[in-house]
Amino acid sequence: MKTTRYLALAALLGAAVPAAAQVQINGAGATFPNIIYQDWMLTYNQTHADVKLNYQSIGSGGGIRQFSDGTVDFGASDAPMSDSAIAAIQGNVLHIPTVMGAVVIIYNLQGVTQAVKFTPDVIADIFLGKVTKWNDARLASVNPGVALPATDIIVVHRADGSGTSFAFTDYLSKVSPEWQQKVGKGPSVNWPVGLGGRGSEGVSNTVSQTPGAIGYVELAYATSNKIQFGTVRNSSGNWITPTLEAVTAAAAGAMKDMGPNTDFRVSITNSSGAQAYPISTFTWLLLHKSYSDTAKARALVQFVWWAEAEGQAKAPQLGYAPLPKELHPWIGARLKSITAAGRPVLKAE
Amino acid sequence: MTAFGEAAGSFSRAMTSLPIEGVPPRSSIETRWQSLLGKDKSDRIYRRILTAFALALPVLFVVILAVLFVSALPALHQFGPSFLWTSTWDPVAEIYGAAPMIVGTLLSSFLAILIAVPLALGVAIFLTEFAPRWLRQPVAFLVELLAAIPSVVYGLWGVFVLIPFLRTSVVPPLKAVLGWTPFLQGVFYGNSLLAGGVILAIMIVPYIAAVSREVLLAVPGSQREAALAMGATRWEAVRSAVLPYGRAGLIGAIILGLGRALGETMAVTMLIGNRHDIGVSLLQPAYTMAAAIANEFSEATTNLYHSALFEVGLVLFVVTVVVNAIARILIWRVARGTAVGSRAL
Repeated sequence: MKTTRYLALAALLGAAVPAAAQVQINGAGATFPNIIYQDWMLTYNQTHADVKLNYQSIGSGGGIRQFSDGTVDFGASDAPMSDSAIAAIQGNVLHIPTVMGAVVIIYNLQGVTQAVKFTPDVIADIFLGKVTKWNDARLASVNPGVALPATDIIVVHRADGSGTSFAFTDYLSKVSPEWQQKVGKGPSVNWPVGLGGRGSEGVSNTVSQTPGAIGYVELAYATSNKIQFGTVRNSSGNWITPTLEAVTAAAAGAMKDMGPNTDFRVSITNSSGAQAYPISTFTWLLLHKSYSDTAKARALVQFVWWAEAEGQAKAPQLGYAPLPKELHPWIGARLKSITAAGRPVLKAE
Repeated sequence: MTAFGEAAGSFSRAMTSLPIEGVPPRSSIETRWQSLLGKDKSDRIYRRILTAFALALPVLFVVILAVLFVSALPALHQFGPSFLWTSTWDPVAEIYGAAPMIVGTLLSSFLAILIAVPLALGVAIFLTEFAPRWLRQPVAFLVELLAAIPSVVYGLWGVFVLIPFLRTSVVPPLKAVLGWTPFLQGVFYGNSLLAGGVILAIMIVPYIAAVSREVLLAVPGSQREAALAMGATRWEAVRSAVLPYGRAGLIGAIILGLGRALGETMAVTMLIGNRHDIGVSLLQPAYTMAAAIANEFSEATTNLYHSALFEVGLVLFVVTVVVNAIARILIWRVARGTAVGSRAL
């Protein structure tokens, strides 16, 4: 009696396992693209039931670490790997951009309803602690008609390491030599002034609770929480309101600086497009140049190919800026260069 | 509890010395108990399991210490002891010094103790000595309920209620009276050492109050009666008889609160301002070790950065152990093993 029951159970379990071999692919890394990566994996799995994809958003630093240690099949990061980190894994990494985001300037000014305009040098000097009052002449001169109060500017930055901080400090390093020299760029830096908030919500809560505060958050976070943000003057001299289109324009503008043979470890902040929002950034998948497991590598690269082609359409509705179409052939060429056991994973069509 | 245990112990000792028929004298019970060890197979297994359980925790302690130490080695090599007293924390230049976090951790915890101890002892004394009987249980329950609130909820409450309250109603009068002291210099932005210390105080009050209440309840009624018989008022009885009797337990309660304050992470990081700066002004933002680890660990991309955070963890571990050791010495000194609660600690 008992035996037959176990047999039946075993048969049932056996039937549940699909005939084709399952491929299990694990990834870990940045939190910013987590929503779209989960969505892509879910959608992809519906048409490719034999590929199980798993992504854990443990942060870019953890993603790079686990990718380098080989505990995951692919990593993800909001900041490109450093030269020394790449050298540590014998250069066996490809940076593949997936989507883009932007960093917006938020502030708490009672009675100010229009978007405040910021020039690059004023943003840098505010975060350096050199512009300390809201009615500073350099702020007032580009904001005619805005009743800027004579109160202190209270800087709020991310206390936790973050790709948002990386993009923001990368931008400040480009527009301000003093920032470049004193502070530099990174997921966390030695901030000259200000309060630290934990996470986007920490920064936006502190800004909303502190009169006269200024901070920066991810564009998708600001729009989904209906937080007002400022306009920034780009390198062409135009005032740009951050939108997904303006972010995509930033990547398009940066393409001529990259060239088709780029390793994509480029920053697209302060890009040269006329309509480009200057504080824009890629987020990257980290893939190996050569894998040992052919089946796994093929499934992974096919998934990334799908994400870069069909997956992009999902980006705007989830708050991410899609990559410009012109970038796709370059990414495709990079994916085709990936090998497993010495042979290309994708057939050259 | 302990007092009851001691009383029961002496009572049973008194009993066994009486020659009652059928009850063997105590010494023979102990001999039999000893002789049973290792005889029976199930006894032996039982003993091994218990020994394993008892050893598991010390082993865990050593493993944690070892892992922290090994992971911190690169930073220990790079910075040496100066890690403890330099104050630059620059992940871009890879220069790390933990002094601001160490100072911030100690200052915020001691500020919390300064606020929480009078409050918690007041609650405990009121509940055991002065409150009407019908009020004791509900108030004690509500105070202890504070301990069940998640840390992040305290943090949110701090951001949306405590900081605006401090800004409008506490800091202006404080500055008017004590503005000349170094502790109240600078502009109050909200997130500050003061906000972090106050939220910590609120979080540790239930722990200190609950343990203090148990300690005071364990003080024998005879102590109070003796003081009252000498003509003391109720307050004098509490001050001269009840509190000294329970002092070891009360210090233990405070140390429990301090230990919790040192390691508290989420609520503090939401309120303290997370700034790598050393200052004595309560109005300025500061940082704690636990908050820094929680904030920076996930994005610590380089090995040295990673290792520096492990070293911060090691320092926090050592600080906590040292604080607890000092507390134990203090209790032994004060109590000499006699007062209520000293055995439990």
